[in-house]
Amino acid sequence: METTYSNNKFSKVPPQDGFRVAYILHLADNSLILGQRNAEWCGHGPVLEQDIAITNISLDLIGQARSFYQYAAQLINQHSPSPGGGRGEASEDSLAYLRTEREFKNCLLAEQPNGDWAQTMLRQFLYSTYQYYLYRFLQTNSDTTIAGIAEKSLKEVSYHLRWSSEWVIRLGDGTEESHKRMLRAVDELWSYTGELFIPAPYEKELSIDTAFLKDDWAKKVNTVFDEAALTVPSNVFMQEGGKTGTHTEHLGYILSDLQYLQRAYPGCDW
Amino acid sequence: MKTSAIDKKTLYAYLEEIKDPEVPVLSIIDLGIVRDIRMNDDDELEITITSTYTGCPAMDMITASIRTELATLGFKKIKVIQVHSPAWTTDWMSAGGKRKLQEYGIAPPDKRFSTPKDGVECPLCHSSNTRLVSEFGSTACKAWYQCNDCKEPFDYFKCH
Repeated sequence: METTYSNNKFSKVPPQDGFRVAYILHLADNSLILGQRNAEWCGHGPVLEQDIAITNISLDLIGQARSFYQYAAQLINQHSPSPGGGRGEASEDSLAYLRTEREFKNCLLAEQPNGDWAQTMLRQFLYSTYQYYLYRFLQTNSDTTIAGIAEKSLKEVSYHLRWSSEWVIRLGDGTEESHKRMLRAVDELWSYTGELFIPAPYEKELSIDTAFLKDDWAKKVNTVFDEAALTVPSNVFMQEGGKTGTHTEHLGYILSDLQYLQRAYPGCDW
Repeated sequence: MKTSAIDKKTLYAYLEEIKDPEVPVLSIIDLGIVRDIRMNDDDELEITITSTYTGCPAMDMITASIRTELATLGFKKIKVIQVHSPAWTTDWMSAGGKRKLQEYGIAPPDKRFSTPKDGVECPLCHSSNTRLVSEFGSTACKAWYQCNDCKEPFDYFKCH
């Protein structure tokens, strides 16, 4: 199948818009991949209420991803309209289902395995904190579509942040067992947080310098960790690469699951 | 049908017939998701809507219902636009909508409970002796409660 949407095929998109498309895909991929991860809990949550909660968050994230993919597709098609129409045109579906692992620009944190409930809660908390400050900043972006999606999503993200903070506190400051599991989750995930604050080339080009979000993020994480009787690790080697397409081994497995149907039966609809 | 011959009030009355598929007592007007109605040149009717939550699966169905309803009434050119900004808020829900929600058994949004906590009034027995079961419920827009007096579980439409 033709991979019309790979980076090098953006050749007809003027450089500035090329960076913009890359950035929008980065935002979309973050939400889609974390949404897909959370959805893996569907039917497996520790109790029914929390099963519903995590899949509701998944739904919000996938909704955000759809809005960003629709916008990216619109920009791509503006510059390289496909005369044949149909499959040749970019769409929210083609961007989610037909790009390869290297074309995905989500941060590494989003693709990390669910592990136990502690690990899923900590991943959500670390990401929601980042997403909260990022979207608050993006609300005033000069690109009004990006700003609109950020403004809209921020309400949902605030809810996710409050809920996941409560879980980190409950488990961190809970029983000996839950505390032990939370320590393990911190150990497992912390090295994937550094990348969030290192701007990728497309972020630099668009003057979205995520480094400045780090202080707010760290302050919030410190406050919650304090209450959760957890210690913020120091001197940890930080992994990076997800934002530019170099992923951990986990993304391939996520995509093989997520994209299976469209890869096996191209254009399948029901 | 000549759209120019019809006033907005009539058009709003038509849209009042379209219900939220997840909460069938509420129309899309009650919900406040219809942001604008415009009659463009060439008899095109343009309806601007906004989603409650970004992932709300009802949006595609609502868009289709708007098209069907208006086509049935004889409108030939119908354009439905979805906007993100300004972000939807439960403040846009009509007073009638809130009353209908309560009668249906869903506690309407209440500013005192913008962060869900115990005490939302039970829509069935009206007791405030209720407890929050989960901040998330059967759809993105609801939280889950139980009444300590009549013991019935119920949904609360979250402030958003």
